[in-house]
Amino acid sequence: MIKQVPNPLIEVHDLTVSYHTKPVLWNIDFSISKGQLVGIIGPNGAGKSTLLKSIMGLIEPQSGYVKIFDKNIDEIRDRVSYVPQRESVDWDFPASALDVVLMGRYSRKSWFKRYTKLDREIAFESLDKVNMKAFANRQISQLSGGQQQRVFLARALAQQTELYLMDEPFAGVDASTEESILQLLIKMTKEGKTILVVHHDLQTAFKYFDWMVMLNTSLIASCPSADAMTEEVIQNTYGGKLPLLSTISNLIKQKNLPIRE
Amino acid sequence: MLETLKEFFSFTDANVTFVMIGSILIGASSAVVGCFSVLRKRALIGDVISHSVLPGICIAFLLFNSKNPFVLLGGAFLSGWLSIIWVDYIERNSNIKSDAAIGIVLSVFFGAGILILTVIQHSGNAAQSGLDHFIFGNIASMLRQDLYVLSGMSLFLLIIILLFYKPFVYISFDRNYAVSLGMPVRFYDFMLSSITVLAVTVGIQAVGVVLMSALLITPAVAARFLTSKLNYMLLIAALISSVCCIIGTFISYTAPSMPTGPWIIVVLMLLSMLAVFFSPSRGILINKWRQQKNYRKILEENVLKLLFQLCEKTGFKEQEWNISQMLDKRNMGEQQLKQTLRRLEKKGLVEKKSAEWTATVNGVIIGKRMVRLHRLWEVYLTQYLKLPSDHVHETAEAMEHILNPELEAQLETILNKPEFDPHNSKIPYQDE
Ligand SMILES: Nc1ncnc2c1ncn2[C@@H]1O[C@H](COP(=O)(O)OP(=O)(O)O)[C@@H](O)[C@H]1O
Ligand SMILES: [Mg+2]
Repeated sequence: MIKQVPNPLIEVHDLTVSYHTKPVLWNIDFSISKGQLVGIIGPNGAGKSTLLKSIMGLIEPQSGYVKIFDKNIDEIRDRVSYVPQRESVDWDFPASALDVVLMGRYSRKSWFKRYTKLDREIAFESLDKVNMKAFANRQISQLSGGQQQRVFLARALAQQTELYLMDEPFAGVDASTEESILQLLIKMTKEGKTILVVHHDLQTAFKYFDWMVMLNTSLIASCPSADAMTEEVIQNTYGGKLPLLSTISNLIKQKNLPIRE
Repeated sequence: MLETLKEFFSFTDANVTFVMIGSILIGASSAVVGCFSVLRKRALIGDVISHSVLPGICIAFLLFNSKNPFVLLGGAFLSGWLSIIWVDYIERNSNIKSDAAIGIVLSVFFGAGILILTVIQHSGNAAQSGLDHFIFGNIASMLRQDLYVLSGMSLFLLIIILLFYKPFVYISFDRNYAVSLGMPVRFYDFMLSSITVLAVTVGIQAVGVVLMSALLITPAVAARFLTSKLNYMLLIAALISSVCCIIGTFISYTAPSMPTGPWIIVVLMLLSMLAVFFSPSRGILINKWRQQKNYRKILEENVLKLLFQLCEKTGFKEQEWNISQMLDKRNMGEQQLKQTLRRLEKKGLVEKKSAEWTATVNGVIIGKRMVRLHRLWEVYLTQYLKLPSDHVHETAEAMEHILNPELEAQLETILNKPEFDPHNSKIPYQDE
């Protein structure tokens, strides 16, 4: 179930990525159109983070290419922002939440300058959007996992770009915050921004996303969420390993899941 | 001793002044560079570089037959760089982990260095004396010209860090994100590696090859214990290191046969131990003290709970209890119980009448709260996590000391103020 879209905002073409000759992504080929909230779904080790890193140009692919806005990523970095997985950094680093969010205000022209008043305002606004304004001056080592995740999200928001790639932004976040972040993302896509979100909870994925990219080393599906909700796709993505699977096939049989328009 | 101290710090001797300024600059620059090594989790890289500069120095000396600082430092810089490249190469192209790669490169270079140094020393070359300063470092007896070069280089390092502070922080915290922003990360990597090599090359003149990584890393680690602000960390590290360098130099000055390096490092270690032990925010002592305080608080709360439960059992007819009655109900040491009761007495939470103890009004409030929290938590676990009721006591025992009033209020609301816990004991609310 792979649907290509006309005039794609992201085009991933025949991408193969390996670590030390061990292939992690095989011939991935899909396209995403503008203004979508896209879920990238797959089990642990499926290559979701690797896919985001390849799109961001952080890893050299073995073959294939990625085009964003019809350009190479290096030409349009100021139009894309990236939210890494929380575990990718050492949170004992001596910095406050605000310090981290301000990093999103980097610009090539002023790499040596101090941040302006506007930068600070935008940073505070971004923290506010993820309900973290009260923690602006808190040391990042003192934040909970979910709060650290939200600091990363705020840092990307502070970049004010058109395309966002987020690696597990909901990991460790409590249910009510997850809902408020989801509303924020929906609002952003309504404003024409495009957002790719790596997510591991299949049950909520069908509710959250307009479009799904289902992955397990190779690409299983790239299509509107409703079309991805077939037993075959889920079976191929998660294999027989998923204990949740029976509950989910039940859900699918009922076929009355609320899917957002 | 006092005379020399006066002489040393009166700056009447121009030589001493230069040595002082040199020590401060060398100490500060290597400490600041070291902060970035520590933050990038590459603390060991200083070790590789410092051991690897030795063959560079020796070969440069052999080739040019000169002890000109530029020649020797040039050789040192080149072989230092070579070692980093080699470590990187091994890491990238094999399954060997970073620490093993560092071990391999370090021993190969240092072995080669010692070998060449021995050859030079046996060659009877008159100019060779002084090369062994690189092993232990000796800044106090350094030539004026050499000091100029070293101070200049240290100043240069400090300026570079000041200038590139922002990008260095970015790539130290989150390198991938820096790439995603379009920063020229490879260039900054190169800069950081180069200044590390340079800092080591300069620093070995003060403390020598073997102790150099201590000069690089220790001030950063100590400073991290004292602050969680990055700019302060750099400042404190520089300060600690400079002070140690001055003290080490002073000792060398008073006893010229003493090598500078080991003294600097000994003082540095002492100061760092002080920081590690006595840091008011993360020091070992304050942690121990906090643990102790928590432990006592838990003991006190448990005793108040115990008194409440004893009263509860008799339907609050009896309020006064002696030690053995308490020990029957709860398994704890007699000494511990007596000490805890005495502390509670001082706080006005219990009173002693002859040999019997009773909780005061405030004591009852706390004891009651502990019992309430314990039972509420048990209800929560059985209802929400579906745990069997004989599995909930242990966690509740810990939770009662952790839950704060806000969480308590939340718990009461979600559970809808239940009347009984899973073991059918009544939950005592404050207003009853
Ligand atoms: N830096 C790396 N070096 C070697 N193997 C890696 C590296 N990063 C990830 N892998 C491997 O690649 C596979 C995909 O990883 P990843 O993209 O992180 O998966 P996901 O994000 O879907 O859990 C996993 O098997 C993982 O072990
Ligand atoms: Mg991942």
